[in-house]
Amino acid sequence: MPTRRTLLAHASAALILASSGTAFAQQPPVKVGELNSYGSMAAFAVPYRNGLNLALDEINAKGGVLGGRKLEFIIRDNGATPGDAVGVAEELVTREGVSMLVGTFLSNIGLAVSDFANQKKTLFLASEPLTDAITMGAGNPYTYRVRPGTFMQTRMLVDAVKAKGVKKWAIIAPNYEYGQSAAASFKRLIKEATPDAEIVVEQYPAIGKFAADAGATIAALDAAKPDGIFNVLFGADLAPFVREGNTRGLFKDRTVVSLLTGEPEYMLPLKDETPENWIITGYPWEQIADPAHKAFVDAYRAKFNDTPRLGSMLGYLVVYMVRDLINKAGAPETDKLIAALGDMKFETIAGPVTMRGLDRQSSLGGWVGLSTQKNGQGAMKDWKFIDGATVMFTEADVKAAQKK
Amino acid sequence: MARAICWSVWSSMSFSFVIAQILNGLASASSLFIVASGLTIVFGVTRIVNFAHGSLYMLGAYFAVTLMTPLLDVSRSFPMFVLGLICAALLTGVLGIALEVLLLRRVYKSPELLQLLITFGLVLVIQDLVIRIWGPLEILGPRAPGLRGAVSIAGVQVPSYDLFLIAMGPLVFGLIWLVLARTRFGILVRAATQDREMVAALGVNQSILFTGALFLGAALAGLGGALQIPRAAASPQMDIAVLTDAFVVTVIGGMGSVPGAALAALIIGQLNAFGIVVFPKSTLVLVFLLMAAVLIVRPYGLLGRAEPLSLRVVTPEGFTAIAPTSAPTWRWCGVLIAALTILPWAVDAYAQKIAIEILIFALAAFALAFLIGNGGLVSFGHAAYFGIGAYAAGLAVKKLGFGMETALLLAPLAGAGAAALFGVFIVRLSGIYLAMLTLAVAQIVYAVAVQWVELTGGDNGIVGVWPARWASSRITYYYLTLVLCSAGIFLLHRVLHAPFGYALRGARDSAVRADAIGLDVVKLRWLAFTLAGAATGLAGGLYAFSKGSIDPTLLAIPQSVDFLAMLLMGGIQHIAGALVGSTALHTLKVIALPLTDMWRMLLGVMIIAIVLLTPQGLVGGGLRLFRRSTRGGASA
Repeated sequence: MPTRRTLLAHASAALILASSGTAFAQQPPVKVGELNSYGSMAAFAVPYRNGLNLALDEINAKGGVLGGRKLEFIIRDNGATPGDAVGVAEELVTREGVSMLVGTFLSNIGLAVSDFANQKKTLFLASEPLTDAITMGAGNPYTYRVRPGTFMQTRMLVDAVKAKGVKKWAIIAPNYEYGQSAAASFKRLIKEATPDAEIVVEQYPAIGKFAADAGATIAALDAAKPDGIFNVLFGADLAPFVREGNTRGLFKDRTVVSLLTGEPEYMLPLKDETPENWIITGYPWEQIADPAHKAFVDAYRAKFNDTPRLGSMLGYLVVYMVRDLINKAGAPETDKLIAALGDMKFETIAGPVTMRGLDRQSSLGGWVGLSTQKNGQGAMKDWKFIDGATVMFTEADVKAAQKK
Repeated sequence: MARAICWSVWSSMSFSFVIAQILNGLASASSLFIVASGLTIVFGVTRIVNFAHGSLYMLGAYFAVTLMTPLLDVSRSFPMFVLGLICAALLTGVLGIALEVLLLRRVYKSPELLQLLITFGLVLVIQDLVIRIWGPLEILGPRAPGLRGAVSIAGVQVPSYDLFLIAMGPLVFGLIWLVLARTRFGILVRAATQDREMVAALGVNQSILFTGALFLGAALAGLGGALQIPRAAASPQMDIAVLTDAFVVTVIGGMGSVPGAALAALIIGQLNAFGIVVFPKSTLVLVFLLMAAVLIVRPYGLLGRAEPLSLRVVTPEGFTAIAPTSAPTWRWCGVLIAALTILPWAVDAYAQKIAIEILIFALAAFALAFLIGNGGLVSFGHAAYFGIGAYAAGLAVKKLGFGMETALLLAPLAGAGAAALFGVFIVRLSGIYLAMLTLAVAQIVYAVAVQWVELTGGDNGIVGVWPARWASSRITYYYLTLVLCSAGIFLLHRVLHAPFGYALRGARDSAVRADAIGLDVVKLRWLAFTLAGAATGLAGGLYAFSKGSIDPTLLAIPQSVDFLAMLLMGGIQHIAGALVGSTALHTLKVIALPLTDMWRMLLGVMIIAIVLLTPQGLVGGGLRLFRRSTRGGASA
């Protein structure tokens, strides 16, 4: 059964159609199953769903897909555990008869659903999970990922910082797969970039619990006297790290490189405590001049009375990718969709994107820049957009991982 | 190798670094103590382990961030900040009163299981409410005016606010001591902590005493949360994070003992401050290992004492009146099995999958009912054995290259092995202490599953655990599950009716008397624990192959609560309760999940409603209705 929101979305889409007078032909809609952690990860998933609904309304107002069929997303909460998510995916495929699956935010859920898709031979377009496993070690022919993964984002940062030649590094990362694989990628990449670089200290606080021992963790980092700090903390751990680190002088005269910090999801709470000149990945939505992106921002703000998050942009972009994919495939059937998707090129609001067939990873890029404050709010400055194609795993890396 | 690393870490610690870590440890000890003291006072008086204590702490933090901004706009001064802290604490205290009057007052006479569940239901409800009210993004509160900077001590920059926190711990300790030692209320609280019934017998107004204790406990939780806002952002996840810490402190210190909480907080503060230097990746395991160690050596905590031997005869919550299964009942079982055999041909593939899950949960829940209902062993960490079974099966297939058949044999063995090992320590305790130790053990297993990435794949888990080719069709796997689960349930049921089952019930109802007639109570319980572990492990193994993937959520607290909620829903007094409950709860979840983002709140409300309205569950309530209607029919 559709959620209240999808009902609303459909109702509004229907209204637009009725008023424009272009009723869909009597063909059945093309159904796509979407699952995400809307309840427990609301900070990220709800803006994502907003972006998704915005794109759906636009697409269906312009005639849908396949020359007049309505594009319908059946949106489900995945219960935030892999077991529940696989159940929801099954329901979408067998009961709702969706043509493909889209979504997931948490890596463990993304992996479980991808494995399910492989078993059921159904296409799964993983929109948000970051883990590298989903395209590498645990990759399968039915799972494609849109967002740049942990390795790609880490590489963007290492590329941005290597000119500084910092040698003594501290790493602080949340103690779970995302944090650990970001740390591992950083170690590998920084040694490739600066051969005599060394990691002098590593700290892995339990996720969500950094604040409990913030002082002790920061003292341990400080005592090793690093020249640079690679930070992977985010969410509820980020603000105390910034605040305690400032009070204790951890960041003084040190280069700080920080993953995801510029994404509005994580930067908004920092407000006037946003640190200056950290090298970060993020999403400077208010400064992007591209007209298509500007139109998206305006429509989003008008519709939801809120500023877009990275998730909003992703949701919007993914729906358009799905539309183009279905149109190219000519029919919403798994083998046709997969045949069309390998090395397919998309025009998106974040520029051209290619879905590399080798590891089924999109070349969607990211924004890298410096953190700063504007009117008491966090922002990015001196940023540039990095094409994802320049930071992907090499083909040799992918082949080695696939052989395992 | 490991020693060499330790040594190099220790030798690299300079004097000033050691000072810094001691101060950091003291600051977090202060914070821990303030939260845990509230939990321990509430437990001492009401004998309820309040899971919602962490939620009150979170509300304290949210009240503080909300109040502090307007207050500091009036005057940006330290006294205003203190006023904000006091207001947040008092507001939380008032919520504590509401909690006592509306909910807890109704369950003081209920079995521990229901008390634990009702407060956990509240945790789920408050979590979703906080997201509705304050939004899902974390909120960074203002810093304390006058305490923004840092002081240099022995060459280390120590934030002034940390020094304030270090002072707050002893200050709060002193205030609690004053209240407990010098006021009539405090004397009654201490008396109730030692012997609740005697206090009641002496004519003390219990309801005022209990309400007062909840106010004090909640206000301390609120103060603890409010004190954190200059250091941490208020976020909807902070309740569970602090809850486990507060539990550990309370249990290590001895439940009900305020000085014990202080001592435990000091130890844990220092353990964490230095532990992260030596084992930066094993922080989760460390405190729970300490807790398990303390409970093994001193089951009632460092400064706690054993429950005085009560003369009151309380029948523990459990199976009542187990008669040999009658012929009509067997006939109904036959009909049920026949119906389950036809079922997959009557429904679609998705419903078959749901049926498989229900069968698996029924076995796991029945094993838990076997423990709680028949053995009186309230396990709050049942998911651990479910998860261990699942991991054993998954690792057997993915790492050792075994087939599904071997994996399904290893799953119950692993469940039994783990239960036998942990059971040695667990079954020596009873009641709430036993529940807490099962929880601690489950948390250790969870921490290992999350942090031992090389073996378990960490939180990503293990994927690609699918059935063997012959069982890969949904219907075949359904029959495999049906055969194995009904065999497991039948065997456990057989044990219930065997002399062993009777002896176990005897030990449940009176350990002292069972001991007196020569039953080895500890051994009986240990065997029961191991047997339940085996059955649950088998269920876990079957679950792994039905989902294709395994991850640590399978052995986390919410999964344990799900199993308990199944028992609660079906009713713990009847053997069929677990089976009915698992069917009802899972069906409800499958129906509700697509309809709402707020499944947690729904589950929480449901748990609270069942505890308050029909504590005998669906089976108990149904039987009562049935008897009433037949009696009504006879008299008419």
